[in-house]
Amino acid sequence: MDIIALLGDFTVRSVALGAALVGLVAGALGSFALLRRQSLLGDTLSHAALPGIALGFLVSGSRSLTPILAGALISGALAALLVLLLTRTTRIKDDAALGVSLSLFFAVGTVLLTYAQRQVGAAQAGLDAFLFGQAAAVLPADLTLIGGVGVAALLALALLWKEFKAVTFDADFARSLGLPVLALEALLTLLIAVAVVIGLQLVGVILMVALIVAPAAAARQWTRRLEGMVALAAAFGALAGVAGALVSASARGLATGPVIVLAASALVLASLIAAPERGLAWQAARSWARRRALGSHRVLVDLLRLGQDHRDPAYASEQGMLDTYFGGPTGHVLRRLRRRGLVERVEHMPEEGAHWVLTPAGRSQARELQAPFGGRPERDEGATR
Amino acid sequence: MTVVAGVHEPALALHVEDLTASYAHQAVLWDVDLNVPPGVLAAIVGPNGAGKSTLLRCIIGALRPNAGHVYVHGRPYREQRRRVAYVPQRTSVDWDFPTTALDVVTMGLYGRLGWFRRPRRTEADEALEALAMVGMDAFADRQIAQLSGGQQQRVFLARALVQDADLYLMDEPFAGVDATTERAIVDLLKDLRARGKTVVAVHHDLQTVATYFDWLALLNVRVIAQGPVTEVYTAENLRAAYGPRVVLLGATEGAPAAAAASPAGGPPAEEARTPVA
Repeated sequence: MDIIALLGDFTVRSVALGAALVGLVAGALGSFALLRRQSLLGDTLSHAALPGIALGFLVSGSRSLTPILAGALISGALAALLVLLLTRTTRIKDDAALGVSLSLFFAVGTVLLTYAQRQVGAAQAGLDAFLFGQAAAVLPADLTLIGGVGVAALLALALLWKEFKAVTFDADFARSLGLPVLALEALLTLLIAVAVVIGLQLVGVILMVALIVAPAAAARQWTRRLEGMVALAAAFGALAGVAGALVSASARGLATGPVIVLAASALVLASLIAAPERGLAWQAARSWARRRALGSHRVLVDLLRLGQDHRDPAYASEQGMLDTYFGGPTGHVLRRLRRRGLVERVEHMPEEGAHWVLTPAGRSQARELQAPFGGRPERDEGATR
Repeated sequence: MTVVAGVHEPALALHVEDLTASYAHQAVLWDVDLNVPPGVLAAIVGPNGAGKSTLLRCIIGALRPNAGHVYVHGRPYREQRRRVAYVPQRTSVDWDFPTTALDVVTMGLYGRLGWFRRPRRTEADEALEALAMVGMDAFADRQIAQLSGGQQQRVFLARALVQDADLYLMDEPFAGVDATTERAIVDLLKDLRARGKTVVAVHHDLQTVATYFDWLALLNVRVIAQGPVTEVYTAENLRAAYGPRVVLLGATEGAPAAAAASPAGGPPAEEARTPVA
């Protein structure tokens, strides 16, 4: 099925919209998780949602999304509390506490899920869709719930923007301003949990962390402002969500979660490579340019030194001499320097090869290059030759 | 202790009494009484682990002490928050945070703005003015990760200046800055004092404490001595704070530790202005 036909389908269109919103919320709140170094908390929150999902189904006895998501949020919050308790009262550090809490809750969730699936109607309920995500299992009523909760979370983020920013950047200072730091941090964690929970049906508990981390990590590469980072992460998240929903809808039975995660990871990879300043390609290009400049710098400085040795600033150096000194042809470097107006070619003796002199601009640049090493020629002589 | 209609020690810019704090049942601060008169540059000096930063963090409420109270200009700290500006240690935040120098300084106005309101043009202008006061206005739009250590420290100072407080609490404002920046910060502190403000700074360098500051509190879990720097900066007091092996420069050998463990109250501001050598 091609994309245009897919978009014409009402169900597909609404699922794509839901996925876009899930990605939007996850990207925006994931930025805060990333900056607070809480990315892995997202993983614990999503895995720990599983027992809540199973219990929500068992208690309500129906597939209705509201009790399931409520259960997921509660068990996720309990897991986060366990992490806090472990790090505060024992010598266990963050990473180990996250691991302990994640595996404990996920194990309980798996047991409960197995039990729930033996109940009548559980097979139709499609509870296992919550493991890897299944866009096709999302009902219109579910989308209303996901949308409502997602918009509420974004609204809270917008309202408390400057408070969240202050607490994330400098908690002690925020405290000195009189902000209730602990409450704000708890609320931020709760909002991140909400972002995780509303994505569970589409992305699944196992891979949901990617939608929290990946768009934020990709966005971090491109921007120097928090506003820009959050907006871009939201856009990346939405893009990954829509891509995942559409691909999964066109290929029957393909789980949505992995496709969304693949799309988000592609965005991360592209950002790591291509982003200005922080990107690998950018850095490689800059280092290549520097390497190229190194040759020019050496030739410039040596032309200056030759002039100083001969007590003649306008001393014309023969190209063959420079070639011998560098142990290779210098013609291409000299031509590049001439294009930049730093050296000039002069005719010295008709029977000899090309000669080169520094232009005034070249001389001042050569002096600048020499300056960090003392600049004075008599010191240079002893130091480098 | 006299409490009259919530007013307590109104003659002092900062009054800390009986403050005791602990990490995991290990006392970090024990029965600390600290009194700083208005209009002085006060240094809190002591060895590593003396509880200097903890003291500041207790004062601003980032840590909850086990006991004690904090009064600022005669009223409880909670009521006086707007009159206090706090400068944390530069290394306490992640400077790779995606924001600009101007934005960090604007955070100093968040308390005045109150809930939900966004900073606007006026706030940006005020922040820029504060940046100019520390000679950093040219770096307003610079990403904070691209600033040097000294520039980052100045951005933090500008954030405190924009708060227009009466009492400035600074945690090691000279840590990791070069001589030029140190000079600029000292000038800034003296300017604050000239405007009648009070500065309380955690300081690490015994060599400079007597030239930069005019009030001194020696801390090592308890307050060893406090008062005008000329009276407190003695060999005896420094040995009591640092142990017998401390290297002393310029401390008056054998001078009476008159101000040691000075009782609550402290001398009035005029005496505090004693010029230093």
